[in-house]
Amino acid sequence: MELVAEFLHAIPYDQILIQTLNGIVAGMILALVASGLTLIFGIMDVVNFAHGELFMLGAYVGVIIIAATGNFWLALIVATLIVAVLGAALQITTLRPLLGRDPLTTILATFGLSLVLQNYALWQFGPVARKIQEPFTGSFSIFYLQYPWYRVLIAALSAAIIGGFWLFLKHGTYGIWIRATTQDRVMAQAMGIPVPWVHTAAFAIGAGMAAASGVLFAPLVGVTHAMGLDWVLKAFIVVVVGGMGNLGGSIAASIFISLLESYASIWLDPAQAVIVSFVVLILTLLFRPTGLFVPTPK
Amino acid sequence: MKPADGNTAPLVHVEDIDTYYGKSHILHGVSLEVGRGEVVGLLGRNGVGKSTTLKTIMGLVSPRRGKVIYEGRVVTGLPAHRLARIGIAYVPEDRRIFRLLTVMENLRTGFDRRGVSEARRQELLAKVFGYFPVLAERRNQAGGTLSGGEQQMLAIARAMMLEPKIILLDEPTEGLMPRMISQIREIIEVLHREGVAILLVEQNVPLTLAASQRVYIMEKGTVRHHCPSSELKVNDAVIHQYLGV
Repeated sequence: MELVAEFLHAIPYDQILIQTLNGIVAGMILALVASGLTLIFGIMDVVNFAHGELFMLGAYVGVIIIAATGNFWLALIVATLIVAVLGAALQITTLRPLLGRDPLTTILATFGLSLVLQNYALWQFGPVARKIQEPFTGSFSIFYLQYPWYRVLIAALSAAIIGGFWLFLKHGTYGIWIRATTQDRVMAQAMGIPVPWVHTAAFAIGAGMAAASGVLFAPLVGVTHAMGLDWVLKAFIVVVVGGMGNLGGSIAASIFISLLESYASIWLDPAQAVIVSFVVLILTLLFRPTGLFVPTPK
Repeated sequence: MKPADGNTAPLVHVEDIDTYYGKSHILHGVSLEVGRGEVVGLLGRNGVGKSTTLKTIMGLVSPRRGKVIYEGRVVTGLPAHRLARIGIAYVPEDRRIFRLLTVMENLRTGFDRRGVSEARRQELLAKVFGYFPVLAERRNQAGGTLSGGEQQMLAIARAMMLEPKIILLDEPTEGLMPRMISQIREIIEVLHREGVAILLVEQNVPLTLAASQRVYIMEKGTVRHHCPSSELKVNDAVIHQYLGV
């Protein structure tokens, strides 16, 4: 009995609670990035290596708008729209001509885009990190910590954007077009659905979601030309673990992996905690290659 | 059947098309016509290019040579979604229901488009639910959970939502129970009465001869025989020559 009591006593409940909060916040942002990635993969079989750069560009556009207007919320909306339009333009010029070709060609194309965008940002904005101020600075106390409300708000906003996107997919005419095209591109076309434009729209939506998460996340880390790299790597892990092209799976996997990393960093250095994601990835690929959250295929 | 405006040009005119899949040469100079409101059968053994003919008309594969003319206009090379919007509907052999979409959403892919009023949508829905009551019962069920026969009905109903002038119908009775087959037979009759043209690819010779006004018989990627359906009998020598086992 005493042993059990001692064990229960040794569990750092306060840290676990805080890390749960951190894990959910990081998980929601990751889910926002990964939803776009998985949408694009599901509908066009394109693995978008430039997704992290769309996230980064969103943050930079946010920096510019805030410098000009001082309004964070305006920056969030404008950055989302501008990067969505940019995404549409990129899709039309680089990916549409490759439709139906070997997947390797689209991997090379998006990888090339990623390099171009990253170096453009470096050239244009320089290597010094830019700051975005949190739109408000309130916090609440949880044990010995002052926890910023802004982080909670990020999680809530990400959830709201994903929820809105889900409703659009579920009920909107264009949402049905996106789902029909994802399931059977040829038959969608035979039903009069303008598939090339559906692809462009899906890419634009994914780009806009990446940009929104870039702006939301920027106040926590600072904006640099390489800030997309970490996220896109994690988003790829999440998309694979959640099942390629499966939106619900990606969201579940985002939260799952972020929580695991948060808990691991109670005992490990945060840099080592990242290893947890890779362990999950490797185990998933070994035992459930179609994804943790997908019914085993027939 | 000639329309009142005296327009006697065929609705669809396939002119001497050659279609390839990669390097394999599937269609060798196929020509055929379907008049307005006409039901035309396309018979032949497996692998003679019947389905490829339909796919070429639908714009899903491009012919390397020859033309597809629809309502007097060359439509070769137009993307399928444009053809669907101007009145060509396609019911593929494997049905290709959107499996994760509900029955209603499958139908929406057809009627949810610009220029269709809400009243017209309800009319279209009421019409197909009248013909296929089972689809009304299952309207909120995922398409993939329907039986084979129900999926075939959904595929036809979905095509009807486009209000097409012609339906390209690929082996609608394949693998169906006799009761379902007679239902398909009836719906072809109904569509014909409504003035919808049908190009019907079938293995079921008696059904095709009974449902169509004319038939084309294909062999090895080309049309070998062409005549009014009434001139052929199920055990005709021509049928034996091109379709006998």
